[in-house]
Amino acid sequence: MTLADGGTAPLRFKPFHDSRLTTLLAPAALGVLMVAAWQLAVDSFDIQPFIVPSPHAIFDQLVESRASVWEGIRGTGRNALYGLLIGAAVGIVAALLSHASRIIDLMSVPVVAALSVVPIVALAPVLYTMFGAAANTARVIVAAITVIIPVYFNTLRGLRQVKPVHRELMTVYAASPVQVARAVTLPTAAPYVFTGLRIASSLAVIAALIAEYFGGPVDGLGKAITTSASSSNYPLAWAYVFGSILLGLAFYLVTLLVELRVSRHGPAT
Amino acid sequence: MSSTHPDGPIPANAVEVSGVSRVFPRRQGRDVVALDDVHLTVAEGEFVSLIGPSGCGKSTLLRIIADLDAPSAGSLSVFGKSSRQARLDQDYGIAFQQAGLLPWRTVAANVGLPLEIHRVDKGARRQRVGELLEMVGLTDFAKSYPDELSGGMQQRVAIARALAESPRLLLMDEPFGALDEITRERMQTELVRICSETGAAVVFVTHSIPEAVFLSDRVVVMTPRPGKIIEIVDSGPDTGERRDDDFRDAAGFFHTVARVRELLHGSPAAAALSAARGVENR
Repeated sequence: MTLADGGTAPLRFKPFHDSRLTTLLAPAALGVLMVAAWQLAVDSFDIQPFIVPSPHAIFDQLVESRASVWEGIRGTGRNALYGLLIGAAVGIVAALLSHASRIIDLMSVPVVAALSVVPIVALAPVLYTMFGAAANTARVIVAAITVIIPVYFNTLRGLRQVKPVHRELMTVYAASPVQVARAVTLPTAAPYVFTGLRIASSLAVIAALIAEYFGGPVDGLGKAITTSASSSNYPLAWAYVFGSILLGLAFYLVTLLVELRVSRHGPAT
Repeated sequence: MSSTHPDGPIPANAVEVSGVSRVFPRRQGRDVVALDDVHLTVAEGEFVSLIGPSGCGKSTLLRIIADLDAPSAGSLSVFGKSSRQARLDQDYGIAFQQAGLLPWRTVAANVGLPLEIHRVDKGARRQRVGELLEMVGLTDFAKSYPDELSGGMQQRVAIARALAESPRLLLMDEPFGALDEITRERMQTELVRICSETGAAVVFVTHSIPEAVFLSDRVVVMTPRPGKIIEIVDSGPDTGERRDDDFRDAAGFFHTVARVRELLHGSPAAAALSAARGVENR
């Protein structure tokens, strides 16, 4: 027996290639125009490299020292990734605990909120003395603390989105707490967790990179930028800046894709 | 009561409610009496509707039967057990006004959710989900997600889910309340068919008079402040007739609708007036 009620065809998910193409093309065109204008300005006004080097010079340096830029990306990227993973784990576990216990919630929310106004990178010099300037530990910690904050708050918010009707359904089924978490609470929170991770991903890169300015081993983009700037190799410094943009973008895009995938079937009735 | 029977155990009624009250205490002002001394028996396989204006406690009564709420006074039993035991034993299925489907699960996975939670093995689960989807006419949508379905289809998924464990009692809290009139009548006809196939008893909360009269063997008319049963009206087609769309045009149907409306509005004159205006005509 089949019956279509009201004759309404089910809404299928529209593929968004067409709109995606325009959303990609428009900013790309603007970017190309800006780079062209930059090159033109440097050429026609004879701007010195220590003020701003031309895109062409930066690109030359990028190609020439691609090995060391890649090296820097890997160094900073590793720290940012460890920081992201550790910070995400701590943030999610802390949010789960806060959600499970009212007392932990009362204790931890203000602490994490207070943490969010502390300029975390300012801790870097202190951490270098604590863990030794030869280790990357301080950078990973700085990145991790930065990550904890958005992950914690977003996860907590997600855990609180469980609909009463879903909770009652689980009561009706006499489901165990673990079953409730697996069937309802965690899937409800997942999109929020990934939103937190997306915000945290670029913060992790920024934090790991800035932390390099305050000391530590010489294997990251931040160190490379300061070193080449102080040796007056400005196009190279800019090439490393370009490398760090690529790194931040990569982190952001990967987490964005995961987020889009997870939140595809958003809240329905 | 006639709970002793010479010929061995008589089948327990699906629901027995005696003297149930529910008071919601308030910090300021008077307490809200949602239910006051309610007595109701629902036999096995019987379809009973609870009808009344908002605040008459019909949903509260249903929630108490489902053990989602506890009575302040009085007692009730579901298949001769406490409501808590009946819930733990999965003796009833439930459908709410909101379909309450899990948006990240496919239609099939939503229907199979209670089976999954009660650890029914995969093969048996797939077979049962197939049967249920066929029953509600959604076989082709097994792999769709809830946000791809219309409201009526979502509600049918919810009904299939409620029937997953072949409960002998179905509790429904305004399940068609959010649907348009055309879909609603179609769903009512569907529900009559499903009930005759499963033989389950149904407690059905609604605020639509024709819906209650069309579906039910008995219509329980309730009044608010405090929530009470005014009268229980027998409903249904004449003997030998079927409960199908023709019943909607039968004299008996209109007679029962008028009777229920009269009870809800307090006096025959008021009922006639509102009928003439077409008020509350659903």
